[in-house]
Amino acid sequence: MSKEKKESVIESSIKRKYKLQAKDVKVWYGDFMAIKGISMDIKPNKVTAFIGPSGCGKSTFLRLFNRMNDYVDGFKMDGKINIDGSNINAKDINVELLRKQVGMVFQKPNPFPKSIFENVAYGLKIQGLKDKKFLEERVESSLKQVALWDEVKNDLNKSALALSGGQQQRLCIARTLAVEPSIILMDEPTSALDPISTAKIEELIYKLKDKYTIVIVTHNMQQASRISDNTAFFYLGELIEYDKTNKIFTNPEKQQTENYITGRFG
Amino acid sequence: MNNIRKNRLKDQAFKVWGIFCTLLGLVLLAVFIGNILVDGIMRIDWEFVMNLPSRKPEKAGIYTALIGSIWVLLLTTLIALPIGIAAAIYLEEYSKKNKLATILEVNISNLAGVPSIIYGLLGLEVFVRILEMGASVLAGSFTLALLILPIVIVSTREALKAVPKSIRDASFAMGASKWQTVYHQLLPASFGGILTGIILALSRAVGETAPLIVIGALAYVPFAPSSPMDEFSVLPIQIFNWITRPQHGFVENAAAAIIILLLITFVMNGIAVYFRNKWQKKFK
Repeated sequence: MSKEKKESVIESSIKRKYKLQAKDVKVWYGDFMAIKGISMDIKPNKVTAFIGPSGCGKSTFLRLFNRMNDYVDGFKMDGKINIDGSNINAKDINVELLRKQVGMVFQKPNPFPKSIFENVAYGLKIQGLKDKKFLEERVESSLKQVALWDEVKNDLNKSALALSGGQQQRLCIARTLAVEPSIILMDEPTSALDPISTAKIEELIYKLKDKYTIVIVTHNMQQASRISDNTAFFYLGELIEYDKTNKIFTNPEKQQTENYITGRFG
Repeated sequence: MNNIRKNRLKDQAFKVWGIFCTLLGLVLLAVFIGNILVDGIMRIDWEFVMNLPSRKPEKAGIYTALIGSIWVLLLTTLIALPIGIAAAIYLEEYSKKNKLATILEVNISNLAGVPSIIYGLLGLEVFVRILEMGASVLAGSFTLALLILPIVIVSTREALKAVPKSIRDASFAMGASKWQTVYHQLLPASFGGILTGIILALSRAVGETAPLIVIGALAYVPFAPSSPMDEFSVLPIQIFNWITRPQHGFVENAAAAIIILLLITFVMNGIAVYFRNKWQKKFK
């Protein structure tokens, strides 16, 4: 086997093993250091939860994977973020293409003030896809994936703002799924929702991991333990502990982690 | 006990003073409008609107001035709109928020406070003389466009600012470029607000007299303008001219023309209010 071939084999095996990789990542907002050197690898088709008290940098860290921090004033970063083995901050990377591959769901449901159909078709339309039949099929399949189709199939032209909070959040997930990303980032997706809507979204997340790699930031420890395979505990811009969820919640290595999950601080 | 009574008294006193201040402007405006109505309402008929200027007050009409105002309004809109909106989008969505941006911002707000006659002098030098447009509708429109540009920019920025950040986040996270986000999300969402600002700016432009007199708009134009290069008059200049005439008939004409000018401004403001309310509902 030639040297180059060998390297590419190794590379593709890394790809299969780790979907996302962070290597010694540091982030500053102006003079404030928000992330103090974090390295971690995230496996494909798993749900990885980020937990930690407010201001610990978990949301900032999450937003590095689709470069949503780029527009924040004073943002500066050091280190490397890889997706499927390639550096997403490299000069030749197209941010728009990156974000089609890495979808994001936000804390507060944020549908566009447009119709339900237009919301789900938006990502496809801005890619220049116009075929009506294709758009209709994709909207339907996306809404079916989030179990919203039966509730809205007769109201596709109604404003998305008329939906309930839980429905809006599922619509936002459908909107993300419509462009067929491979990774979905979720930034406290249920914190603005009632328990029933939350349960529906959690069920959905559990189902989606067959096809997608999911990273979720959550303040809700029960949620992390219910839906995630791996859990990372962040504190003051550092990654304190990262392991199987089961291990983190039953037998954590670090005292800080134990204190946090047992509710002694945070 | 004494203190409480004192405070209550002060409270009451301020309330009365406040009501007086609020009503002061309104009452004066009402008296003014009433006065004008008494003077001019009988003079308004179809003939008055359609007649050309004349030396005899009973034969004179506002046709040329009205058409002139409409021409100026349309051209001013065509010039100020694309420039003002583009500048606002740049400042709000593209430019980095640094010192230079702050300086630009402060100066644009300052421009909105520059006396309109200065704009007239600028228009006279640049458009009438250097660009050789003459005392034409086009020169007048460019001058007024400059005058309202700061208002259009500031109000468009406010409207863009009012679009929730979450909409921008959602659009960017879907892989939209900046321009796609502006075009597909921000402009439709802020349309009502932008329109309100523009209409208010235009209703200011329609009442401007000084800058147009400076660039050479005439009170007596025998025919209505039929192209952007024609000489022209506008309603406020016509009113100003009539008021300076000694015959009583012209005073009546002036009052009638004022009523029509006020009507135009009120209708424009009404449309602005309508769009603002409609737009506010969308985000609640």
